[in-house]
Amino acid sequence: MTNPVTITAPEGVPFIEIVREFDAPVAAVYNAYADPALVKQWLGPNGYDMQLEEYELRDGGRYRYVHVDPQGNEYAFNGVFHKARTDELIIQTFEWEGMPDFVSLETARFEDLGDGRSRVTGWSVFPSVEARDGMVENGMETGVVEGYERLDALLA
Amino acid sequence: MIEQDGADDELDRAFMALADPVRRRMIARLSRGPATVNELAEPFAITVQAVSKHIQVLEAAGLVTRSRDAQRRPVHLAPAALEQLTSWIDGYRLAHEHRFRSLDAVLQTEKEKEKKS
Repeated sequence: MTNPVTITAPEGVPFIEIVREFDAPVAAVYNAYADPALVKQWLGPNGYDMQLEEYELRDGGRYRYVHVDPQGNEYAFNGVFHKARTDELIIQTFEWEGMPDFVSLETARFEDLGDGRSRVTGWSVFPSVEARDGMVENGMETGVVEGYERLDALLA
Repeated sequence: MIEQDGADDELDRAFMALADPVRRRMIARLSRGPATVNELAEPFAITVQAVSKHIQVLEAAGLVTRSRDAQRRPVHLAPAALEQLTSWIDGYRLAHEHRFRSLDAVLQTEKEKEKKS
């Protein structure tokens, strides 16, 4: 059984909260966010090539990565790590280059739950409700595309 | 009336209709409430006629309906036709679900590596 994702996107407020628990201790989860070799393995949609150009998790460090879909379309993201506190907290800016200048501020809090379990709480604050909705709709596209892929797999 | 394999045809039409990014964005817009053709056309650099064509495709696929209000003719989403995909947030949720499952797999691999060393 996988752990459920809880997403809260209140109407009329440019904010999203995402909460997820993991069957791993907090140090291992933080490490998966900190080690570029591991980040490359999970931070991207299924079937997309992940090009991690820069990823320096420290106060003031930068990151940039490009997702390439099977048709060769590129989706680039970049930002700066405002704060990185091991096993506790990451605060970073986030910009999808397809919607430039709409930079969101993202906070991830890492919590130890004992028994080798942990929880990550993510907050995203967008410049406007429209910018948030644009990101969600972009996510919807990914979801629909992955829906096709699952359908293809089912029919193959 | 729908024949035996009608449901499959309908699904094919729905997926064909959604293969276009403009139509997916229209569905995303409609998941937050009905809209007129002009309102749907607004975010796109295409003619109202082209938008009407897209709406016809969505209508033929059973994904949207148009009310009889002749003046405005707002377009509505036909929620039953889309099921999992109708909700404004669901694709976003699905994308994160995939991402977190990949992270689960990474954590599992790391755990096994640690046991071996």
